[in-house]
Amino acid sequence: MISIHSVVFFILTLLLAPILPGVINKVKAFFGGKMGPPVLQLYYDIAKLMRKSATYSQTSSLVTRLAPVVIFFSTLGAGLFVPSFFREASCRFAGDVVLMAYLLGIGRFFMVIAAMDRGSAFEGMGASREVLYSALAEPAFFCGLLVLINETGDLSLSGIFNGLSLELWRQNPAIMLLIAVSWMIVLLTENARIPVDDPNTHLELTMIHEVMILDYSSKDLGLIEYASALKLWLFSSLLVGLIISAGAVPPYLHIPVFLFGILAVAVVIGCVESTIARLRLIHIPKFIVGSGALAIIALILKIAGN
Amino acid sequence: MNSIATLLALSCIFLLGSSRLLMSIRMVAFQGLLLGILPLAAAGDGHLSLALIFLSLASIALKSILLPWLLNKAMVDSGTRREIEPFISFGASMLLGLFLLAVSGWIVDKLQATEPVPSPVTLIAGFYLVFSGLLLLITRRKALTQTLGFLVLENGVFTAGLSLGSEFSVMVELGILLDVFVGIFLMGIMLFHIDREFDHLDADRFNELSDLEIAASPDEEVAE
Repeated sequence: MISIHSVVFFILTLLLAPILPGVINKVKAFFGGKMGPPVLQLYYDIAKLMRKSATYSQTSSLVTRLAPVVIFFSTLGAGLFVPSFFREASCRFAGDVVLMAYLLGIGRFFMVIAAMDRGSAFEGMGASREVLYSALAEPAFFCGLLVLINETGDLSLSGIFNGLSLELWRQNPAIMLLIAVSWMIVLLTENARIPVDDPNTHLELTMIHEVMILDYSSKDLGLIEYASALKLWLFSSLLVGLIISAGAVPPYLHIPVFLFGILAVAVVIGCVESTIARLRLIHIPKFIVGSGALAIIALILKIAGN
Repeated sequence: MNSIATLLALSCIFLLGSSRLLMSIRMVAFQGLLLGILPLAAAGDGHLSLALIFLSLASIALKSILLPWLLNKAMVDSGTRREIEPFISFGASMLLGLFLLAVSGWIVDKLQATEPVPSPVTLIAGFYLVFSGLLLLITRRKALTQTLGFLVLENGVFTAGLSLGSEFSVMVELGILLDVFVGIFLMGIMLFHIDREFDHLDADRFNELSDLEIAASPDEEVAE
């Protein structure tokens, strides 16, 4: 069932993914009145990291060496199911929404146990926070998906996002808006962006994602950096698919409109990061539970509306 | 109507998670405003009577201007700014709030099995307001937040009544508004006296109040 088209678009996704962090950094630099690193910086970084040899701590075991590969391939696997450019994804079957979410979950699990593996209390703290926040974000993501499944009557991601149309926005603007906002919060949480986690800190005791990859170097770090960028791209493409419905775009405009949408998401993230301060650690669970509240209200509106 | 009900539910989640009294009071004032608009939205175009508009205006004036002002004054006078250490932490009470939201949905679903409800979403919001008002009453320490909880509870009763499409007479509704006003007014006076007498609004510490010294048996303390 794999068509040439979908493979081409999947490869395009893989090639373009590292642009997103570059765009976000450009926007942040603009707000700071600086030039900022070039948009393609992450490509250079990954290319540089790939040429270096790795160093491992003496206390670490096989898990530390295994984790980057697992993270890379599980994110890649999740990418197979996410429709991009308003087309069918490379693979689809009824219920692949769950597989996609938990492939990302496997990646996160390995990142967490690799952080625990190195025996640093500092990394253990980051691991514990990562698990707490992603556990809180998961119901928000799935409640949103439940509403969309109910709306389109399809159980695969490709089916759901190809079934969306502007008609839904016209009929139930409140529901769609609630899901969009809640998924934006999930995106910020899952990808360690600012109100939840600061991707730039390397010194604070409050960092989450960065602390877990602190001990990685060279190829391992490159794989993880790439997987993070790809994960950001996947969540952004879900958000773009939700906001700009596939049915509303004529086929010949699919690629430009989709790219525009993804860049718009990156610019929004950049603006959020430049204007909002990082939340205090004890307030973050409230922020994420709030996104769950939005999604559950959307679900109740949907069920009660039927 | 559904969007107003959504906003009501969201404001409740916010109330459960917020520790700043000023923001909480503003949120309850916002709820009052929404409740004022709700009867107009429920009646729809062409059914607007003068009495309805009067009721709506009176409700807005009371619930979103007068009472918040009164509570704000009590807050400023007592110098209490924040709710510190509720019995259930803010994050946990938000999670509990989500659970209560689901419970409200379930109850309304069961109710609909016996008789269809004209506006189920609003009824869910009504139940949810009642539940979260009760939760605020039970879990918070400051007398001021408990007063807010009482107000939210009353808002919930109003919303639930409205969603059932009952023909409410203006006199009855005005009477209820008057009751609420007197209730909150009395609570305001009590807050003032509590604050002057004990220098704080921490209702939890009243459990220790007793005329008798250490000799008091547990029974007598309860009676007190």
